[in-house]
Amino acid sequence: MSARSRPGATAWLLAVYVFLYVPILCLIVFSFTAGEITTQFDGFSLRWYAELARDAELIDAVLLSLRVGALAATAAVVVGTAAAFVLARFGRYPGSAAFAGMTTAPMVMPEVVIGLSLVLLFTHPLFAFLGGRGVAAIWAAHTTLCTAYVTVLVQSRLREMDRSLEEAALDLGCPPFKVFFVITVPVIAPALMAGWLLAFTLSMDDFVLAAMLSDPGSTTLPVLVFARLHHGLKPEINALATVIVAVVSLAVVVANRAMLSAQRTRAAALRHAAGISPGSVSAVTLSHPDMRR
Amino acid sequence: MKRQSFFLARGRFWVGMLPWAWMLLFFALPFALILKVSLSTPELAIPPYVPPFVMEPGAVLPHLRPDLASYRRLHDELLALGTSGADLQYLSAWGNSLLLAALTTLLCLLIGYPFAYHIARSREAARNTLLMLVMLPFWTSFLLRVYAWMVLLDSSELGLVNRLLLAAGLVDAPLQLLYNAGAVLVGMVYSYLPFMVLPLYANLVKLDQRLLEAAADLGARPWTTFLRVTLPLSRRGIVAGSMLVFIPAVGEFVIPDLLGGGDVLMIGRKIWDDFGPNQDWPMAAAVAVTMVLVLIAPIVLLHRHGRNAEEEQ
Amino acid sequence: MEPDGEKGADWGAKRGQAYLRIEGATKRFDDTLAVDDVSLAIAEREIFALLGSSGCGKSTLLRMLAGLETPDAGRIVLDGEDLAAVPAHRRPTNMMFQSYALFPHMTVEANVAFGLWQERPRLTRAEVEARVAEMLELVQMQRYARRKPHELSGGQQQRVALARSLAKEPKLLLLDEPLAALDKKIRQRTQLELVNLIERVGVTCILVTHDQEEAMTMAGRIGVMSEGRLLQVGTPGEIYETPTCRFTAEFIGETNLFRGRVEGGALACEDFPAAILLPPDAALAEGDEVWVSVRPERVRLSRAGAASSHAPDGAGCNAASGEVADIAYLGSHSVYHVRLANGRIVIASVPSVHWGDAPPPTWGDAVRVAWFAPDGVVLTR
Repeated sequence: MSARSRPGATAWLLAVYVFLYVPILCLIVFSFTAGEITTQFDGFSLRWYAELARDAELIDAVLLSLRVGALAATAAVVVGTAAAFVLARFGRYPGSAAFAGMTTAPMVMPEVVIGLSLVLLFTHPLFAFLGGRGVAAIWAAHTTLCTAYVTVLVQSRLREMDRSLEEAALDLGCPPFKVFFVITVPVIAPALMAGWLLAFTLSMDDFVLAAMLSDPGSTTLPVLVFARLHHGLKPEINALATVIVAVVSLAVVVANRAMLSAQRTRAAALRHAAGISPGSVSAVTLSHPDMRR
Repeated sequence: MKRQSFFLARGRFWVGMLPWAWMLLFFALPFALILKVSLSTPELAIPPYVPPFVMEPGAVLPHLRPDLASYRRLHDELLALGTSGADLQYLSAWGNSLLLAALTTLLCLLIGYPFAYHIARSREAARNTLLMLVMLPFWTSFLLRVYAWMVLLDSSELGLVNRLLLAAGLVDAPLQLLYNAGAVLVGMVYSYLPFMVLPLYANLVKLDQRLLEAAADLGARPWTTFLRVTLPLSRRGIVAGSMLVFIPAVGEFVIPDLLGGGDVLMIGRKIWDDFGPNQDWPMAAAVAVTMVLVLIAPIVLLHRHGRNAEEEQ
Repeated sequence: MEPDGEKGADWGAKRGQAYLRIEGATKRFDDTLAVDDVSLAIAEREIFALLGSSGCGKSTLLRMLAGLETPDAGRIVLDGEDLAAVPAHRRPTNMMFQSYALFPHMTVEANVAFGLWQERPRLTRAEVEARVAEMLELVQMQRYARRKPHELSGGQQQRVALARSLAKEPKLLLLDEPLAALDKKIRQRTQLELVNLIERVGVTCILVTHDQEEAMTMAGRIGVMSEGRLLQVGTPGEIYETPTCRFTAEFIGETNLFRGRVEGGALACEDFPAAILLPPDAALAEGDEVWVSVRPERVRLSRAGAASSHAPDGAGCNAASGEVADIAYLGSHSVYHVRLANGRIVIASVPSVHWGDAPPPTWGDAVRVAWFAPDGVVLTR
């Protein structure tokens, strides 16, 4: 019943991966063309990468996107963790259902609707103190969107966390505030990390919110790319895509490695903990007929 | 079992305050503003609308002057349905959106279900890698992935697909591949496929193998086992994946704009145009309100399935 | 090594009724032999238990019978039909899965009916309904017909699973750890219920378990498995009283094992102060290295120096003195761990009534352990 034994299964998997990757591979291949046309390979050159490095407007947009992404991800982790605590630990109270709906709704609302609603907020005369459209508005919008994702991630981690860890710390005299930072945060750290990364990529990738909320001084990378796509295709964009794919792939591989080694460390720690009293363990093992091999 | 949070009442209050305040300010309030603006009159001003109520000096209650023109426009189009020559731009945009979103969902399901199924049935060591390969394009820029299809589907003789077709002698002249509904559909399926695969995989990987063995043991042929056991048991994954594709697809704006050109008008694009070039914010808000109303059913469906899945664990 | 217990393996065949015959079944996973050349004959209506610890291959063997695994070598013949080429869904066998594998999205009724709907030629709705009703009545679950599996207790789920696997009137019923998912109390009661039911239906049954008590309660014959091999086949009494190898002796119940070399008709054993007298019928050559297994209840315990009929002495008896190191009081009997002078622990099981009005020995008391030579069992492997 496994894919190994069925050629049909392998063929289907392969076909879908081809569908997923051929467009990206095409982008990469034509980024190395020497010519002006994105679909014709006129000899190998790094010309477009050089062009990319000289493109001040684009580099500014990248830097802005990185800045907004980092700030929005950080804010989303803070707000999202608090929201996850409210959802996972505060039980039912008047308005709890509304809160649950509100925190996760940005995930399922079309971006156009969220974008429009936030534009209305930031342009409203009563909320002029928020500073109107611009970088801060994009940051707030991204934080709101990303908070929903972080909340879901952290909440599920909190729910599966062993509550007796916190209770043991309290029992041993640790004040609640400290328990949170010494026990809870380390335990949910993988979820916080994953949440931050997800939020960062979401923010880096968002076009609709950024476009609706940007003013002339706040062009993020997707906004710039979108504008350029309307002005005709140039291999420079292929070069940009190649760089992004390379960076993301590298990050994914590194993150995966880190996660695996963290898991191994954890397994080793568990083994160590189980081996504290080898005598008693082996005695139990030997005396129990089911455990004898 | 009363297992209260360990936070003191006051600490709890402040922990709760932050997300509550944030969500009220940046989610609930903006939605109220959409409702308000949808009842406003457009005007050349900043912001470009006259609010539906004003506080007269000394009055206790605001003076109401709601303008239903935007909604009336949508309503009139609905009434004019079937009348020849009527201007049905919003209604046809809605029709395009719903149809394309439904087709996208269906195609994603048809491609994604066997795909997720086979990943879930492959060796445990391989699963993570296979899944990561699905996610990898998803983490790279969305716009650039759409751009890749602009390059592939380019309608001149330089388009990659066209060049392949010409070289193979299948066509004599380049085909008009870009700027039509088909291109939009391909782009949407390409972009949304991971949203379908992930929940389906999460569901199928948990499917108890012994249930399939039990069905075979009781005499069910493989196909019967699939129809009567696997499919019903993965219903939640199907619903979740379909809603995760359908909902954003209805509101999609970028893909029809880049791959559909002027021909494929979708409702997300109408909001964008009314908000941008047309400067008709009340109309954009009214369309947004109808969009939320239309999408409430799928959103509730998604929410309920998500919660049930949690409770089952 | 030859699977021993030829006596047991031939039991069914001798009665001329080998209903199921497994011949040299072998299954290899990657580089481990899960099932290693297992042969077995089982009579019609027999209840047979495969007993072994987890990973011993018993479940793999059962899954081969169901058609869920294909043997690498060997034959499986049921009622004259070779099952090798028959896929799982066409085999006249049905299995009750460990933790039952009830379809969670179907009602009790639909679960029981599932197999019936697969019958070709098709059964009519009335036939299926009648059969389902009959099955539910058999397991006394009529009242729960409309419930979903998750609305039932563990014991109820077990009964539904049984009804489902019996509904098609299989030629062979396979039970994979049938009661492992139940609480201990319910399990003990259910064991006999299940046996009665299977006997009433009259189906041939093979069950797999790691629980020796379950195997001994339910099965007429038991096959002990370890590392993919079938070590011994026999009735519960045979397996307990006359194990043929150390594994069986130690796996079934507890035992005292003494290892030594045959010298002058007795066993020279470093663990025991004297040469151990062997049972008279043991056919052994001088110098053979063997083990003697003595069950704890065969070991007589007495206070040092006390003379009683329970403290045998002299001819045909092995005896040693020591002190009580541990006592486990278990109600009907107590298990004494007696430490001999050389440090070796001998386990003795003593009925509580044995001591009469006298106080039983306690920790540190000097005692004497002894057993009659015929009570030991010689094991050559």
